[in-house]
Parts: sequence; structure tokens; C-alpha cells
Amino acid sequence: MFALKAVKLSKKFGQRTVFSDINLELNSGDSIAITGPNGSGKTTLLKLLVKLHRPTSGNVNFFDDGRALDEDALRHRVSFVSPYLNLYDQLSGEENLNFFAAVRGGNITGKGIESLLEKVGLAKRGLDLVGTYSTGMKQRLKYALALSNNPQFLFLDEPMSALDDSGKEIVKKIIDEFREQCVIVLATNEKEEYALGRQQCRLG
Amino acid sequence: MGDNSAGLVSKSLAVFVKDLRLELRSRYGLNAIFMFGITTLAVVSFSLGQAALPPKVLGALFWIIIFFSAMSGLAQVFVREEEQQTALTLRLTADPDAVFLGKLFFNFALLILMAAVITPLFFIFTDASTAGAINFLVILFIGIIDLCAATTLVAAIIAKAAVKGALFAVLAFPILLPMLIALTLSSEKIMSGESLSEAAKMIQFLIAYAIVMITASILLFKYVWQE
Repeated sequence: MFALKAVKLSKKFGQRTVFSDINLELNSGDSIAITGPNGSGKTTLLKLLVKLHRPTSGNVNFFDDGRALDEDALRHRVSFVSPYLNLYDQLSGEENLNFFAAVRGGNITGKGIESLLEKVGLAKRGLDLVGTYSTGMKQRLKYALALSNNPQFLFLDEPMSALDDSGKEIVKKIIDEFREQCVIVLATNEKEEYALGRQQCRLG
Repeated sequence: MGDNSAGLVSKSLAVFVKDLRLELRSRYGLNAIFMFGITTLAVVSFSLGQAALPPKVLGALFWIIIFFSAMSGLAQVFVREEEQQTALTLRLTADPDAVFLGKLFFNFALLILMAAVITPLFFIFTDASTAGAINFLVILFIGIIDLCAATTLVAAIIAKAAVKGALFAVLAFPILLPMLIALTLSSEKIMSGESLSEAAKMIQFLIAYAIVMITASILLFKYVWQE
């Protein structure tokens, strides 16, 4: 059983308080949609949860059967898809997946890569440079990367951003597939995406 | 411990290979370093004409060329990550020690390549004596390690700034000054025909400088790399 606990999270930029005293406790099988208007701090909250930014106060901890996970374990178990997390344009899709697997300390086989690319609808485009991909294709590749480490914590910021209808269906399938084994946190202000989370948390 | 070290080496190697691949495809750092190095060398050569320079001046000129050429390209390794917004993805997936070591190895490889081209041209254009060439290469090798050790962390710091290019040289210069003085003095001795043992104290200082800089950089990098 994996768990995420955020206690009294607050974030200020200068004098402006983005949000304060946010508490979250999520276990494997939980999925939550963070909603709210532009500027309410959805993206900031996700960045704090995945520890890309530090909170002004409060703390975030990840657990595996009650044992706190260290930073190295988090790199293997946390995946994040977001419009501002870019992949390398001058590497191919396959090279990107290989690189991030290697740098995480894992290994991914050619068949594993093929299967991931097929899952996100990028079969036969793996050898093309990412710089030649459309925005939607890049978003699909980010999902392939997010699934490559078989995550226990899946964070999705604007999960369907830039995707066409078939891309949106793929994302729904991925969320359904991982819903029971993962903690899923998604941030969105699209009403059609609210239902992707079983719970909702509104900011602002 | 053994597994951790092996893991760190393979992760660092992955970062190094990725940067090498990106560089070979864009050639941004290589072009910047070579254009600056060769242009400076040509200017020095034309302005000197046939004048024979003493070893003291030659040593200083050589390290001025190496320093400014390095400043024009070494920061790219982090600037590219920030500009293409891949830094956050790397922060999320990679051990900071592996990122630092991978980029340190990459900068080292870049400078070795630069030195392999600039050094022979410098000796040809300035008509410097090649009598102590092997000893000079030893000093050059240690100097390159020192340059990478001191500038890789500075590159990570300035990558997040708005005015990157100028800031890199300005921030790196005070840290590099003691090393540049030691390199110039030891190069002068070698170019004067003295043996390595005559420059032993300087060489000891340069090796100690590299060890201190690499250790301090590994300890501090995590705090620079993360927000």
C-alpha cells in the first residue's frame, strides 16, 4: 500500500500567498482532481507534491507500507506529466525513453519501448526526433515516459492538454488502468476532466 | 555501497552520453569554443608578427586563450537544459550527483577536444619551443581538470539567470584566478626548459585545487540544482 501525505502546505511568492494549510492524505486506489480558476495554484501545488519546488511551510511525504520513501525511491515510483516538463527535441522518442530509464537506474528493453509507444499511439514514430513531433505527439510521449517506470504515484497537470480525441481516449484508458494500483493526482480547469478523479479539491 | 557506486557511474555515464549526443547534433558548444579559440589565436598571431616572446608572456597568452574559449562554451551544458525546459524533467528523474558528474565529464571531454586543436596551433603560430612538450601536456591536462572542476558548478548557477553569457565569466573569474596564476607560472617554467620537478609546488597546488573544487561542487550542487 502506497500513501501520500501533505500536511499544512502553504506557498507564498513574495508577499502573495498562493494557498495555505492544504492537507492531503491519499492511498493507492485514490484519485483526486485539483480544480480551480487560473492562478489559484493548481500547478504550484503539483510541483510541491512532486518536490520540484519547496513549500513555504508544511511538508510532503511518500510512504510504502508505512515506511517513508527516500528521494531515490521516489524517482522510481513517481511520474509526472505536465506541459512544462519537456523532453529532448534533438533525441528521438526511443532515445528519450532509454535515457530517462538509464538515468533513473532502471533498464528498458526495445520491446518495452515499442509497447509503450504503441500504447500512446506513437508506434513507428519512435525513431523520429522529438523536435519533429507535433505538440500532441509530444504530450503522448510524455505519457510513455510516465508509464515507463510503472509508477505508484501519478501526477497529471492538464492531462489532456494538446491532445486530439483519440489522445484523450488513451489518457482515460491509462488512468483507468492505473487507478487501482496508483495514487493519482491531476490538476485541471476543464470540466470534462473533473470526473477523472474520484475526489475533488478546489483551490481559490 | 558497491552497487550505489556502480549505479552512480552508469547514471553519470547516461547523462554524459546524452549530452555528447545532443552536442554532436547541435554543435553549439563546440562551435562557440572553436570559433573563439581560433579567432583569438589568429589575432594574437597577427599582432605578434615575427616577434619572439619570452616564456612568461607565452604562458599567459596560452591560458588567456584557453580561459576565454572555455568561458564561451562550458556553460552550455546547463544553459541548454534551462532554455529547452528539460531541466525540470531531469530534476524529477535523475540523481543530482549523476547529473553533476555526467556534465563534468562532458565539459572535460569538450575541453580536451578544444586543447587538442588549439595547443598545436598555438605552438605553430607563436613559434614557441616544443622542447618540454610532454611536460607542458601534463600541466595542460591538470589545468583542464581544474577548469572543469571550477566552472561546472558556476555553469549550473548562471543557467537560471537572465544574463547568462557575461555572468559566467564574471562569476567564474574570481574562483579561477588562483588556478590561472598557478597555471601561468608553471607553464612559464616548462616553456623555459625547466623540468616538472621545478614546478612541483604549483602542480601540487593545482591537483589540490581540483580535489577541493570537485568535492565542494558535489556537496553544493544538489542545492543549486534544486529550487
